[in-house]
Amino acid sequence: MELLVASAIGILTAGGLYLVLRLRTFPVILGVSLLTYAVNVFLFASGRLTVGAPPILQDGATTYADPIPQALVLTAIVISFGMTAVVVMISLGAFLGSDDDHVDDQPDATKGELS
Amino acid sequence: MTHWLIAPVVLPALLAPFIVLAARYHIGIQRTFSVVGVLALIVIALGLTLQVFDGSILLYQLGDWAAPFGIVLVGDRLSIFMVLLTAVLALFVLLYAIGSGWDNRGVHFHALFQFQLMGIMGAFLTGDLFNLFVFFEVLLIASYGLMIHAGGDARLRAGVQYVLFNLIGSTLFLFALGSIYAETGTLNMADLANRVALIGAEDTVGIRVASVLLILVFAIKAAVVPLHFWLPSSYAEAPAPVAALFAIMTKVGAYAIIRVYTMIFPPDLEITAGLQVDWLMPAALLSVALGMAGVMAAKRLDRLVAFSVIGSMGMVMVAISLFTPEGIAAALYYIVHSTLAAAALFLITDLVRSGRANLDLVPQQPVAGNALTAALFFASAIAVVGLPPLSGFLGKLLVLDAAFGTDQVVWIWAIVLGSSLIGIVGFSRAGSILFWKAQSVEPDAEAPNSPTPAVLSYVAVGGLIALLVAHTVFAGQVHSYTTKMAAQLFSPQPYIATVLETSGKLSTPQEGY
Repeated sequence: MELLVASAIGILTAGGLYLVLRLRTFPVILGVSLLTYAVNVFLFASGRLTVGAPPILQDGATTYADPIPQALVLTAIVISFGMTAVVVMISLGAFLGSDDDHVDDQPDATKGELS
Repeated sequence: MTHWLIAPVVLPALLAPFIVLAARYHIGIQRTFSVVGVLALIVIALGLTLQVFDGSILLYQLGDWAAPFGIVLVGDRLSIFMVLLTAVLALFVLLYAIGSGWDNRGVHFHALFQFQLMGIMGAFLTGDLFNLFVFFEVLLIASYGLMIHAGGDARLRAGVQYVLFNLIGSTLFLFALGSIYAETGTLNMADLANRVALIGAEDTVGIRVASVLLILVFAIKAAVVPLHFWLPSSYAEAPAPVAALFAIMTKVGAYAIIRVYTMIFPPDLEITAGLQVDWLMPAALLSVALGMAGVMAAKRLDRLVAFSVIGSMGMVMVAISLFTPEGIAAALYYIVHSTLAAAALFLITDLVRSGRANLDLVPQQPVAGNALTAALFFASAIAVVGLPPLSGFLGKLLVLDAAFGTDQVVWIWAIVLGSSLIGIVGFSRAGSILFWKAQSVEPDAEAPNSPTPAVLSYVAVGGLIALLVAHTVFAGQVHSYTTKMAAQLFSPQPYIATVLETSGKLSTPQEGY
């Protein structure tokens, strides 16, 4: 299970980074989403991987699942969801306004400098 | 336990929804509540300053849950000082926004402004790393809205870059927090300080990775070269009052570095030896050099000011990365100066902008109120580049003095002094093109006369410069206080003891809980 989770985080992060480096808003937003998925799974794993364990220590329980990372992941999911919505709206506005979906500054042909 | 410590977070958090819900269509009511709220924040911050002045530590346990299980807010000299600085800066920025009418060029300026204040105040006060992340996000979400306030294509494009850069930074922050939690099992700063000290010398891989990830995140916020790329275009394109408020946001990163890397990973900690202490200094020196070179190379005034922010953040980071009490004291003195001076410069940029077609550094006909604007620009440029008699000079002197006797003294003195000279040349060039050469341009009779900026705008900028003068005149008192702050940071035992040993609900269980 450790190998599966670790490689899943690795692949998600690698894919996310590759997409972020594409420098067009659509792939970049997809890449950022992949990165947030990766970090969510990573946060889960930071409380150690357990299967079928109760989240609270109680009588008769020999092992337990750490509840704190689950609370952290919940916060992180909410925040990343909201942020993704914001960035989609802003980049849509920027694309409709300037008819250009590059994330980086494009050389301005008329001035010969970065606009 | 008094509740005053949480007031700087709760007050803007309540004001903002009130402004959105109840005063949506009444700019007058919004302005009144916003200003009154910021004034109240200043009073609260002053009251809290009185309480921590003797070095006592204020603790607020949310829901009465004891640390490390509950989230705590902690007020020591440093955090309350930063809260006071934020509140004072916010007042002048708000006055400018009202005076120049910026707040009425889009919707929800005041609500977002209050949310932004809430995030900044929370980031300064919290005693929990994950809570720090949450407050970072609060201030970022509000700043996304403020950044694209009043719209426009260029601003939206810069906004996209800014939001994406910060989203990736937040992801990195979460990775850092995950690795810290996996290594130590806690995220409370005081508890972390104890547990990190217990980690054995043979098992340091995870915590070293976590420490580096964390400083990367804070370095992004503090715009340390080579992680500064988000800053120039977003600060240049943001509305002027917003850019002026953002002057405190880079300092949130500097504050987090000071807090975490004096308490949790102190410089003499063996397991993280050779990480931040070694490479933060070259990066900081590079920021100083690159910032001032950017000032020299900039073709537009707003870019010039943005690069001067990178340069002055570099100065702050040089002082911090000495990791000595003298260095931190100098850094804190310089943080105040750099925040006020950068804010003043951004506001002056807007005064210039309102009378010109664009901000390109080419002679155009004089702006309305040329003489007064030029005088204000002159004063704040002197402050930023660090010429006597203003506080930039004293701040740089303190930093150089703190660096004296260390191994890197030659590098620090050479780069700081050399880049100051470049900065002086850059600012003189910009000032003379904007204000002097403007006199030789034939006035275009057909061009509409630009309106003189409102008196309130000048009051706001003048107030910031008056604060800089006060910061210079009372430099002795301020520096002795920052020295006390640094001493408190380098003996964190009272802080840790207060946080961990104050009992709450969990430590004294009673019937019914």
